Amino acid sequence: MENIKKSENIVFEKPRLINDTPMHYCPGCTHGVAHNLIASVIDEMGLAETTIGIAPVGCAVFAYKYVDIDWIEAAHGRAPAVATAVKRLSPDKMVFTYQGDGDLAAIGTAETIHACNRGENIAIIYINNAIYGMTGGQMSPTTIVDMKTATCPYGRNVALNGYPLKITDILVPLEGTCLVTRESAHTVAAIKRTKKMIRKAFENSLAGKGTSIVEIVSTCTAGWKMTADQANKWMVENLFPAYPPGTLKDI
Amino acid sequence: MAKGTVEIDTARCKGCELCVVACPTDVLALGKEVNGKGYHFATMVKPDECIGCASCGYVCPDACITVYKQK
Amino acid sequence: MAEETRLLKGNEAIAHAAIRYGADGYFGYPITPQSEIMETLMDEQPWETTGMVVLQAESEVAAINMVYGGAGCGKKCMTSSSSPGISLKQEGISYLAGTELPALIVNVMRGGPGLGTIQPGQADYFQAVKGGGHGDYRVLTLAPASAQEMADHVALGFDLAFKYRNPAMILADGLIGQLMEKVTLAPQKPRRTEAEIRKECPWAALGKPADRAPNIHTSLELDPTVCEQHNLRFQAKYKAAEENEQRYEELCCEDAEYLIVAFGAAARISQKVVETARKEGVKVGLFRPITLWPYPITRLNTYKNKVKGILTVELNAGQMIEDVKLAVECKVPVAFCGRMGGSIPTPQEVYDALKELSLRV
Repeated sequence: MENIKKSENIVFEKPRLINDTPMHYCPGCTHGVAHNLIASVIDEMGLAETTIGIAPVGCAVFAYKYVDIDWIEAAHGRAPAVATAVKRLSPDKMVFTYQGDGDLAAIGTAETIHACNRGENIAIIYINNAIYGMTGGQMSPTTIVDMKTATCPYGRNVALNGYPLKITDILVPLEGTCLVTRESAHTVAAIKRTKKMIRKAFENSLAGKGTSIVEIVSTCTAGWKMTADQANKWMVENLFPAYPPGTLKDI
Repeated sequence: MAKGTVEIDTARCKGCELCVVACPTDVLALGKEVNGKGYHFATMVKPDECIGCASCGYVCPDACITVYKQK
Repeated sequence: MAEETRLLKGNEAIAHAAIRYGADGYFGYPITPQSEIMETLMDEQPWETTGMVVLQAESEVAAINMVYGGAGCGKKCMTSSSSPGISLKQEGISYLAGTELPALIVNVMRGGPGLGTIQPGQADYFQAVKGGGHGDYRVLTLAPASAQEMADHVALGFDLAFKYRNPAMILADGLIGQLMEKVTLAPQKPRRTEAEIRKECPWAALGKPADRAPNIHTSLELDPTVCEQHNLRFQAKYKAAEENEQRYEELCCEDAEYLIVAFGAAARISQKVVETARKEGVKVGLFRPITLWPYPITRLNTYKNKVKGILTVELNAGQMIEDVKLAVECKVPVAFCGRMGGSIPTPQEVYDALKELSLRV
C-alpha cells in the first residue's frame, strides 16, 4: 500500500487554493464542498491572480479565510452591488459572489435582481439550504412549507409566512442572465456536475456574456438537526420537489 | 492487493461520515480515536478494498483526503 | 482638458471636478436637490474620455455598496445623495470606516426629518460629524460655501480619504448645490493605472499575485480583544486627523468683539450680516469652519477670551452650536439663530439675533 503513495499516483487532493486554516463549518456542511469546487475551478482556469471574491453575511462570511485569493466581504445582501463595481472598474478580472438564501433571496433581493437584469459579467454562487444557519436556524425565504425552524417552530405556515421563494426561477426571464442553473452537492456525480457549471459560469463572466447563477441546493446539519447523511437524504426527499435540480437557462 | 489508498488529514477531519457513505467498497469508517478537536476521524478499515476512485475526496467538505491510485 | 472657468451650479461643479480629478467611479441614485451631479456626469460621458465608470444604481443602498466594492480595489469612487438617501447609506459608510477604505460621499442636504422638503437644510450635521451609522467611527467632513468649493472639495475629500483610508464627506446644502457661480476647474488629471494603484495602495483587492498574502477587506472580527485593537488603530488615526486637518476661514475676525460661526449657506448669509454690522460700527467677524470633522477647535478656542459673544447660525434647530460651546469651553456666551424645515434665515433675522446677543452680554 505504501508503494502506491507516490505523488505521481495522486488522483485527488486538497485544492491548491484551499489553505490550511480549518473551516469553521459544522461537520458535513455543503459550504466546504462548494469552497473546494470554486478553489479548484479558479486554479484550473489559471485565475488565481485575477479573481476577486465577494463574501456574504451568514455562515460563509468567513469564506475569505479558506480560499487564498483577494476578497471583499459585503454587507448582508449587498454582494451583487459590490461585485458590480469591482467588475466594471476592472473588466479583466474574474468577479464572483458567494451568497446564501437569506442573503441573496431576502435582504439582498433588489441587488440580486438588478445586477442580473443589468447583465453584470459576474458569477453568483447561491447556496440554498432553506434556513438561516449562522444566526441559529431561523426561517429563510426559501424555507419550504411545513418545515420547522427556530422562527416557525410549528412549520412554515403559508397564511403567516407566505410561500417559499423560488428566486432562481425569477432570474430566468431577465434578459441579463446567460446561465441559470440549480445544482446540488450530495453525490459524487452531483458534485462533478456542479463543478462543471461553476466553470461555465466563470467562463461566461470572462466572455462578457452576462450574469451566471449557480444555485446549489444544500444542507444545514445544525439547523436541520440531522447528521450529514440524514440531511442529504432529507434534502433529496423534501427540498428537491420544491427546488428541482436542473439547468433553467443556458444561452 | 489494493488498487488505491487514501491519506486522511486527521487533524482537519470532523467525522461527518460523508466519505464513509460515499465509498463504494466500504473501505472507510470512523475510528475510536479522536483528534485535537474531539472528532472521531475517518480511517481505512478495509484498506485492501480501496480502488482509488476518489469518491471520498469529492464529497469531503473539509478537503482532508488525498487519494492515490496505482497506474 | 486644460484649466477652465465656467458658470456652473454647485452640483455641476462637483461632477466636472470629479472627472478632472481622475475619479474612477461614480454610483448614484436620483434625489432632489442633487440630481444634477449624476445628470452632468451622464451628459459628459467620462467613460469615453477618462474611462471613469458612472452608474445609476437601483437604490442608495446599492450605490454606497458599489462605492465600497470599488474602494476595496483601491479605486477612487464616490456617490452623492441628499438627506433621506444619505440615511440609507449609513450602513455602507460604517462598513467603509470599519474596513478602512477611502471613498467620497456628497450630501446636498435638504430639510427633514423623514421625507421633509426639497428646500435647503443643515440638519444632518450631527449625522455627519458624530457618526451616522453604527460603531465608533468618524467621517472626514467638508463644508463648501460656494460652487468653487464644491469643485475644490472633490479633490480635497479624495485626498483626505486616501491619506487616512477613511470615508470623507462633502456636507453641502441645497442652496450651495443649486446656486450658479463662476467656477475655475482644475486641468484634467489622468486616472491611476492598475500598476500605480498596486504600488500606492498595496491593500487593494485587485487579484493576489503569488508573492503576497490575500488582500481581504472585512469589518468582522469575532475576537473582542482583536476587534478592540482595530478600534484603537481607528482612534489613533482620528486623533491624527484632529491634529492635522482642522480647516477654517476667517472674515473680519482680527478686531471682532462678536463672532458669527456658520458653514455652507448659513455662512453666505452671515457674510452679508458682517458687512451690514460693520457699516453700523458693530465689530463682528465671521468664523467659517471648512472641516466640520475634525472641527477647527484649536483656532476657535483662541476667541474665548477675545470676543464678548458668539452667534452660531445654522439651517437646523441648533446642532453645530454644541461643538462651538465645547471649542470655547463655554467661557463666552454662545447664542443661536436658525430656521428649520427648508427655511433660510434672512440677513435681517441674523442681525437682529446678533443685536439681541449684544444686549445680553
